[in-house]
Amino acid sequence: MLRYLRRRLLQMLIILVGISLVSFSIMHIAPGSPVDLLVERNAPQSEKDRIAHIYGLDKPIYVQYFKWLGLVIRGDFGRSFISGEPVLKMILDRLPYTLYLNLVVAIVIYLLAIPIGVISALKQYSWVDHAVTLFAFIGQAMPTFWLAMLLIYFVAIPVPWLRTSGLATYGVNVHTTPFLEVVIDRLRYLILPASVMIFTSIAGLARYMRSSMLEVIRQDYVRTARAKGMSEHTVNFKHALRNALLPIVTLLGFELPILFSGSFILEVIFSWPGLGLVAMRAIGQRDYMVIMAFNTIGATLTVIGTFLADLLYVAVDPRIRYD
Amino acid sequence: MSTRIDTNPKLTQTVSPRNEATYLQMVWRRFKRHKLAVASLIVLGCLYLIAIFAPLLSTHDYRAVEPEIRLQAPSSEHWFGTDDVGRDIYSRILHGARISLSVGFVAAGFAVLVGTIVGALAGYFGGVIDDILMRITEIFMAFPTFFLLITVVSLLPRSIFNIMIVIGLTSWPGLARMVRAEFLSLREQDFTEAARAIGASDRRIIFRHILPNAMAPIIVSTSLRIGGAILSESGLSFLGLGVQEPFPSWGNILNRGRNFLRYAPWITMAPGLFIFITVLCFNFIGDGLRDALDPRLKQ
Repeated sequence: MLRYLRRRLLQMLIILVGISLVSFSIMHIAPGSPVDLLVERNAPQSEKDRIAHIYGLDKPIYVQYFKWLGLVIRGDFGRSFISGEPVLKMILDRLPYTLYLNLVVAIVIYLLAIPIGVISALKQYSWVDHAVTLFAFIGQAMPTFWLAMLLIYFVAIPVPWLRTSGLATYGVNVHTTPFLEVVIDRLRYLILPASVMIFTSIAGLARYMRSSMLEVIRQDYVRTARAKGMSEHTVNFKHALRNALLPIVTLLGFELPILFSGSFILEVIFSWPGLGLVAMRAIGQRDYMVIMAFNTIGATLTVIGTFLADLLYVAVDPRIRYD
Repeated sequence: MSTRIDTNPKLTQTVSPRNEATYLQMVWRRFKRHKLAVASLIVLGCLYLIAIFAPLLSTHDYRAVEPEIRLQAPSSEHWFGTDDVGRDIYSRILHGARISLSVGFVAAGFAVLVGTIVGALAGYFGGVIDDILMRITEIFMAFPTFFLLITVVSLLPRSIFNIMIVIGLTSWPGLARMVRAEFLSLREQDFTEAARAIGASDRRIIFRHILPNAMAPIIVSTSLRIGGAILSESGLSFLGLGVQEPFPSWGNILNRGRNFLRYAPWITMAPGLFIFITVLCFNFIGDGLRDALDPRLKQ
């Protein structure tokens, strides 16, 4: 196990270095110099040189890279070229709203998809099973932004109680309003974006749960349990389900990057004040420091999430050992 | 085999076609059992015909701006209505089909080409080559795909060619891993050993012996990837980063409809439906191909 961990950590280090290289080179694949962003269009060359010097853009590229990397390792993503704000602060300010949306969605999806998947496996080829399959195909092929617009037109316009933009009504918070009313107010804003995300991914996860369950049901120990005369309920839920859940647990590791970047387009459509809006604005303004930070953080979270998934797998399944 | 002693005509009719069936005929027979996949094939065939004959089928000039007829609901004159500058949406969707469908093909083709080469080399040679190629694959896999896509596309000059290549470049890693896994198991098989024993070159073993045996999952994944690439392109165009006006793509027609959803929902409905149906068809065909090419994979 220790040897495996050491090899795995070394691999992660290599990948993280690669990620930093790719993220950094983003700024340099674009035609033109980043300096052009920082100065007026008709600025004289001397002004350009001065600005380039202030931002360190006149140094050789490898010097710039190591300077940037040194700061990033210490958690400093530099300052926005546009607003001058520290990039990390811009991200941390908006992160809670994105996490809030994505966490609610993830919890609902797991709570619903697992039972649906189990039913679908236990009643293989029933109408429930076929409906889940069809839904999985529809969810996979549905452009999220189109589904969002369909919901706005067919649901939100006839039901004005639902809100299509923002996250809360101004002035409604726990200090001014009874708690229950605050919850209801938040729901009015949350329901639409959350529904779109739930709809497009729930059936896929249910299908995953279904195949995991189907595989377990065919195992010898399940047959043995049944042969011992245990009730169908005990066999399915005590013996089979617990083992079928193992692969699902490891999926939790892969959720990590999704929590961060899973809702960008929807945040734009529903004016949700999360990271997606910051990211899209940065792209529109070519705010390189912000764009680089988003790519670096997103990719790093994937690497950490994958590592966690591997560890979780060993933790929950004693049959698996890494040597 | 060549001398047929069986004189019972009934038997020869029912049995011999099966014996003489080529691999492709067998695949086609199994594919036909998947009703949704066959229906999807027909629908897609129609869509491609529409795309090819778009200039003949369209009723108006897709670029003609006529402010006096802006935001008109579908009618016998404008079948899918008009957009906010009075262009005929039906004609724009037909021409948009050309762009959306070709982006899907080229981007997916590019991803499959890169993914197959990387996966084949890594899986066949193993060792250091495998380590290096897989680390590169994992680096690209780590980035949030759609965000990396909008980042790169937003920095490059806007051209349809760039969009195709960038979509392809962000979607090869999954395929590379899959092809590598296939190669890892196939290179240990007896037929590979035999080929090596008679002195076949590495190149010949990779392309003539192993690759044909790994084709089934690659073909299935190509079909799914075309759908994915069409979705990516429509997402990019929806955000204004993809195909640029006046050229129509299903995504940028939708983008224009966004601000007029309440008063002119038809601008949004038709292109979205085309994207949805097209991607759905590619996914059904992928599913049908999986069952047909490799029945063992069927769940």
